Amino acid sequence: MSQSYDRGTVESFGRWREFSAGMWAWILHKFTGWILVGYLFTHIAVLSTSTQGAEMYTATLQGLEALLIVRFLEIGLLAVAVFHILNGIRLLFVDLGLGLTAQDKSFYASLVLTAAITVASIPTFLGGAL
Amino acid sequence: MADHYSSFERGGKRWFLQRITAVFLIGVLAFHFVLLHFVNHAAEIEFAGTQARMENVGYFSLMWTFLVTATFHGVNGVYNALVNQGLDGTQKKVVAAVLTIASLLLILQGTRVALAMSGVL
Repeated sequence: MSQSYDRGTVESFGRWREFSAGMWAWILHKFTGWILVGYLFTHIAVLSTSTQGAEMYTATLQGLEALLIVRFLEIGLLAVAVFHILNGIRLLFVDLGLGLTAQDKSFYASLVLTAAITVASIPTFLGGAL
Repeated sequence: MADHYSSFERGGKRWFLQRITAVFLIGVLAFHFVLLHFVNHAAEIEFAGTQARMENVGYFSLMWTFLVTATFHGVNGVYNALVNQGLDGTQKKVVAAVLTIASLLLILQGTRVALAMSGVL
């Protein structure tokens, strides 16, 4: 069901102060999606070292993991992936017409859960790097 | 009641395939992250361990299907986002062609990588 007033389009980003929870969810889902598809191409590029031999593959992966910045980028990637998954589940429910009245609350829940999982994963990602 | 925000025309084929791949990817992406960061730590990954996993036909099939569905879901998402922003006419056709070629190349290269990891190549 649509609102009875014109809120404008979510594409008009200059109006961000007026955005509702659903609009922020739409933007964050797009943003995290762009990062994930970009990472997919990068991921295959890095893993392509496996075609150059076992030593090249192992040295590349362990060399990257030795960089602290890579560990932090992995934490960021986890946050992006977790949010995209959780908000994706929310979108599937919205598409099925389930929980529409709580769609803003489920967006906030996605954010809180993403933050909790990300923070809890920090020791694992930084293990041995600090 | 909130408005529905989506870049997809509901009920369309692209919309449907995006949802079907999403359901699959929710599970497999989570599994991939857990297995390669929490069960096996990324910093300790060596080719031998990767090969041991990829020699398992079930794991290989899952990862290859992951590659194909993630490529479709990601590139289809980008395409629909661009169409949603007003991409039309010749530009739309060119973007669709470029994204299709990029997807096929990624799947081809990903397949080469998977075969190299499993020791076939």
